[in-house]
Amino acid sequence: MSSLTAARALKPVGTVGNFFAFGLDVARGLFQRPFQFREFIQQAWFIASVTIIPTALVAIPFGAVIALQVGGLIKQFGAQSFVGSASVLAVVREAGPIATALLIAGAGGSAIAADLGARKIREELDAMMVLGIDPIQRLVVPRVLACMLVSVFLNGLVSVVGVAGGYVFNVLLQGGTPGSYLASFTALAQLPDVWQGLAKALVFGMIAAIVAAYMGMNAGGGPKGVGDAVNQSVVVTFMLLFVVNFVMSAIYFQLVPSKTG
Amino acid sequence: MGVDIRIEHLTKSFGKQLIWGDVTLTVPAGEICVMLGPSGTGKSVLLKTLIGLLKPDAGSVVIEGTDICSCSEKDLYEIRKLFGVLFQDGAMFGSMNLYDNVAFPLREHTRKSESEIRNIVMEKMDLVGLIGAEDKLPGEISGGMRKRAGLARALVLDPEIVLFDEPDSGLDPVRTAFLNQLIVDLNAQIDATFLIVTHDINTARTVPDNIGLLYHKHLAMFGPREMLLSSEEPVVRQFLNAQRVGPIGMSEEKDADQLAAEKDMDLPPLPPIAMQLEPSNGIPRRSQRAPGEWCRLNGITPPPGSFQPDSVLAGGARA
Repeated sequence: MSSLTAARALKPVGTVGNFFAFGLDVARGLFQRPFQFREFIQQAWFIASVTIIPTALVAIPFGAVIALQVGGLIKQFGAQSFVGSASVLAVVREAGPIATALLIAGAGGSAIAADLGARKIREELDAMMVLGIDPIQRLVVPRVLACMLVSVFLNGLVSVVGVAGGYVFNVLLQGGTPGSYLASFTALAQLPDVWQGLAKALVFGMIAAIVAAYMGMNAGGGPKGVGDAVNQSVVVTFMLLFVVNFVMSAIYFQLVPSKTG
Repeated sequence: MGVDIRIEHLTKSFGKQLIWGDVTLTVPAGEICVMLGPSGTGKSVLLKTLIGLLKPDAGSVVIEGTDICSCSEKDLYEIRKLFGVLFQDGAMFGSMNLYDNVAFPLREHTRKSESEIRNIVMEKMDLVGLIGAEDKLPGEISGGMRKRAGLARALVLDPEIVLFDEPDSGLDPVRTAFLNQLIVDLNAQIDATFLIVTHDINTARTVPDNIGLLYHKHLAMFGPREMLLSSEEPVVRQFLNAQRVGPIGMSEEKDADQLAAEKDMDLPPLPPIAMQLEPSNGIPRRSQRAPGEWCRLNGITPPPGSFQPDSVLAGGARA
């Protein structure tokens, strides 16, 4: 009985171990030739097509809400001239990567998990292995790379749309002046902010794709198993991404000193 | 010419539950074997272990001198090129049409030109009677067609070993008869080693050269077709003749009460052994044995009426 409880208690450790082993397999598959270029392009197009519109639609209210919050706060401090700068800072540093993460995990990751899960239960993955083809190299690696590429672009999209949304909200609804909004852009924000946003997006895309692929490829027990895999992949990715986001932000602040206005 | 599969002391369990233990048999090169067993005895698990998709707990599966249970991943992918596997539902790639599905192994593993690929694919499609359906997606065709397409894909690399996972499940009797005939014809043509996992009695009685029976977590018997069909062993006899009287119950095994109640019941006499299905061109397969040969050699009297060409159970194809 004690061994049974021990086995049960240690099961999550085994799952985490399997997940990391899977990540290493993906890393190794990255360097195996031939690279599946066609699959990569198809997947990048597919992920982009399911995420671009929702991302843009999420980014507009995101930018507006930040302008609203920051605008109100900053008015109390009497520093209206910094509204533009603060909203750029918030959007580029945090909102961009987070909105990207939500969309990549929710739309891209769930699609990957569902696709690979369906292939798993239909024995397509087994068939592929039996035909002498490694599904990690053939299917997972192109998806991971495609997800990383698309999330970098999405991050750029969120930044642009978010800042534009903040501008519209601030200038048209809060009565700010266009000149001060634009002029203060560089007061607090700096170029490394953009780089760290891109780096975050890259890592988020990778994590979302690897988690989704892992969950999909380990789906079991018929159609319900696929549903569970999709559900778990979205939940696990969200949790991981928020934790990683915090860690990366903390490291960033240690590495790059904040600009003082 | 086909290669043999030597399975020694193979044991597999999931968690604490033993699936089967100490399975030892040799699937002879170039012959057709059928692996039978009640539902849930791990027939498909055995098949997946043979291709290295599942790792056994103990034992070995040796193919051309390589133990696929302990060899490296790289060797495993190499050895798998000897295999053609027909999965239960065909396992076609849902995103590709049938032509691309069948061409897939050729495009991945060979440097053939598209026109050479086209010739090979069309030949295999013709073999399974799917000419004209190349552009269909797997979702658009019936289960029987998917199975046949899966067979075409399994054959495209000229395998030495072909594994069939329940080729007859979900097919109507006519299609099953055609598929069985196709299996026999294929064996005559390519001389590969065939292993069929099924629980269709008619297939098991008429198609193979050898029959194996998995029951109660072990291999109950493995041998020539006539040996099992004339066997008095209760499990073999019950299963091969689809009877309720015998050691197999609704849930795996019968309990003591049921067995005691059946103690005095007589098993019905063994039905006659049907003729084996022959290739449709009439030329015997290389591994084919003459009807009744095994019985004669081993001094067994087959049940009366055996080996009559008009036997009821002769699969229907030759009637």
